[in-house]
Amino acid sequence: MASESVTRTPTPVRASGADAVRSWFSKYGLIILLAALPIYYGIKDLSDDGNLVRLGDNLVDGLSNGAIYALIALGYTLVYGIIELINFAHGDVFMIGTLVAFGLWGTIGLTLATGTLGIVFGLLAALVVAMAVCGVLNVMIERVAYRPLRGAPKLAPLITAVGMSFILQNVGILWIGASQRAVPDLIHAQQQLFSPLGLSISRGDVLAVVATIPLVMLLTTFVSTTRLGKAMRATAQDPDAARLMGINVDTTIALTFLLGGMLAGAAGLIFLVYQTTVWYFSGFIAGLIAFTAAVMGGIGNLQGAVLGGFIIGIIQQLAENRIGAEWTEAVVFAYLIIIMVFRPQGLLGEQTREAG
Amino acid sequence: MATARLRSGSQGAALSRLRDSKHGNRILVALVFLVLIIFPLFRDPLDNFVDDMILALAYVVMALGLNIVVGFAGLLDLGYVAFYAFGAYTIGWFGSDHFAFINNEKGIHIFSGEFVSSTPGIHLNFLLILVVAAAICAVVGVIIGTPTLRLRGDYIAIVTLAFGEIIYRFAVNGDSIEFAKNYKLTNGRQAISPIDQIDLPFFKEFDSAFTIRPFYWFVLSLVALVLFCNFRLRDSRLGRAWIAIREDEVAAASMGVPLVKTKLMAYAAGAAFGGMAGAFLGSYLTSVNANNFQFGFSIFVLAMIILGGLGSIWGVVVGAVMLSFINSYFIPDVFNSIPRDLGLDFDLTQLSFGIFGFLILIVMVLRPEGLIPERRRKLEFREGLGETEGIGTEEEVRRVTA
Repeated sequence: MASESVTRTPTPVRASGADAVRSWFSKYGLIILLAALPIYYGIKDLSDDGNLVRLGDNLVDGLSNGAIYALIALGYTLVYGIIELINFAHGDVFMIGTLVAFGLWGTIGLTLATGTLGIVFGLLAALVVAMAVCGVLNVMIERVAYRPLRGAPKLAPLITAVGMSFILQNVGILWIGASQRAVPDLIHAQQQLFSPLGLSISRGDVLAVVATIPLVMLLTTFVSTTRLGKAMRATAQDPDAARLMGINVDTTIALTFLLGGMLAGAAGLIFLVYQTTVWYFSGFIAGLIAFTAAVMGGIGNLQGAVLGGFIIGIIQQLAENRIGAEWTEAVVFAYLIIIMVFRPQGLLGEQTREAG
Repeated sequence: MATARLRSGSQGAALSRLRDSKHGNRILVALVFLVLIIFPLFRDPLDNFVDDMILALAYVVMALGLNIVVGFAGLLDLGYVAFYAFGAYTIGWFGSDHFAFINNEKGIHIFSGEFVSSTPGIHLNFLLILVVAAAICAVVGVIIGTPTLRLRGDYIAIVTLAFGEIIYRFAVNGDSIEFAKNYKLTNGRQAISPIDQIDLPFFKEFDSAFTIRPFYWFVLSLVALVLFCNFRLRDSRLGRAWIAIREDEVAAASMGVPLVKTKLMAYAAGAAFGGMAGAFLGSYLTSVNANNFQFGFSIFVLAMIILGGLGSIWGVVVGAVMLSFINSYFIPDVFNSIPRDLGLDFDLTQLSFGIFGFLILIVMVLRPEGLIPERRRKLEFREGLGETEGIGTEEEVRRVTA
């Protein structure tokens, strides 16, 4: 904390050409960079096909993927906002969520033959159970791996987070084996629902977005209006002062992990319905992509995480569809590095202690 | 103040005791090395234990490299596997027939061994490859390190991780990246194979089909060299600058430590050792497969230095040997059947990374300074816990310090 005042000395006023370019780039460079892929492929589509249908389809798929990333990214950003820790195991909590939902389908006998009403209630039940399990799991992780190390060097909890991530992945291996498995496509996710302007919007797309929006709204309302939300914001701002004001900091941090885990569980169910696969490694990849989303939006910023989620969903979809699925991760990580280097505070974020 | 003086007083006493026993330590180290040099003569030329030892010693070199970055300079690097990859691909490119069409299919040979003297491809002498691998990796280390310079803490970890994953992707997809004609970047999961055996001046060319003893002695001398470099580096001006940065970056900078140069040197030095180990492993395993360069390997090496003790050179050596044996002997050979005996339907080898993760977690929570702690580092880890940021209730303080 003492370092803050030293590192944040006001920069001397010195307006040279190079500085102007640099400040301009850090302001608009990221936006240009993010727009580069869609614009490039938009022009390519126009010259190749004469219309933008393919790009439009990419955008639609990207947005529905992005909804899932947004939910996971919220978990990262909540936790980072409050204890400045990258919860490395968060992606794997999401993966456990997919497994819980998958297991529950098997237990309550949800198959393709089930009627519409049964599927709706079954999915709702799976949503509730996955959210509950992931929320509790995340709280337990905080209790076991992070709380004992509060006050230790920053390195320590991050290392335990990595360890936790591997433990959860291996739980996944024990549960369903090491290979990817297909899941019954309960809602016929690929079935086209309607097609404005020649785009194809499938059931899965609608479900992903429709399920995400109320959850995000609930969360933002909770954080901005309730007493507990106020406690969370206070703790994020200054844990010591919050404690002096009578806020139970430990409980508040646990609550934050609970919320993050619940969102990850919800994302798990949506992912399961939308992608119809389970894999122990899906959490690691989705977690890193969602983390990129959180950083892009400005870590610690809830709106930023959602915005970043949608943007990274589009980038990921474009990379997968146009450049090749084997390069998707490399493209997303390249974006991550570029953002970290040129605009670590993200699109909407403030200058943080870590990144400043 | 009083407590501080007391503490430094007891440290001074410990230091002088250490100085007194330095002679004894040296004799002990010499004895251990002597035993290590002699024992393969009493084992089979293709002995399994010697094979495990060779892997363990190669990992020691790697762990000592990572220890410079994480242990000394305190920069958490989660993409260390990148240097293993670059080291291994150095020998894949310059010590095999991977570029078979170069020089009209006659190949390029520079001090290469007899076995490969008439085969196509580029064949450099292994010592040259070792130098080239270290140089390439040092450059890559600086390239990866530069973007992290302005960042702190966990952001560094994520950027290095991202670089590691990008390089892994290039290794896997390298068989579809062609430059000129028929020159592929890598062979992806098909692996570049066979790799040249080591051929040293004044020695007979190594042949791992016949005896692996020379590989053992070679990697043992590599470990000795790297150990020597590590001790010298740690006690040098540069090493003290690394530790100063780790303890307090702002204080170090205001004392005149050049942050950029010092951090980049840490990345470069750590990377160079990783590259040397990578080149050796490429030759010993006679193949360079992209599958080896996954994120899990970075964590494997990280687990070694955490288990042994961050920043403690002997601790890192012990940690690397222990984890290597857990990985290549205890998990697959000794304990593998336990789950089956208990009636469970899996092998322990499937869970090896879960076991490493568990080890990291347990060590970090219960004994963050590792098995053989470095004195300074231990104080750093314990200090923060005792103080508890800000005002806690008395009960809380007691719970945390207990």
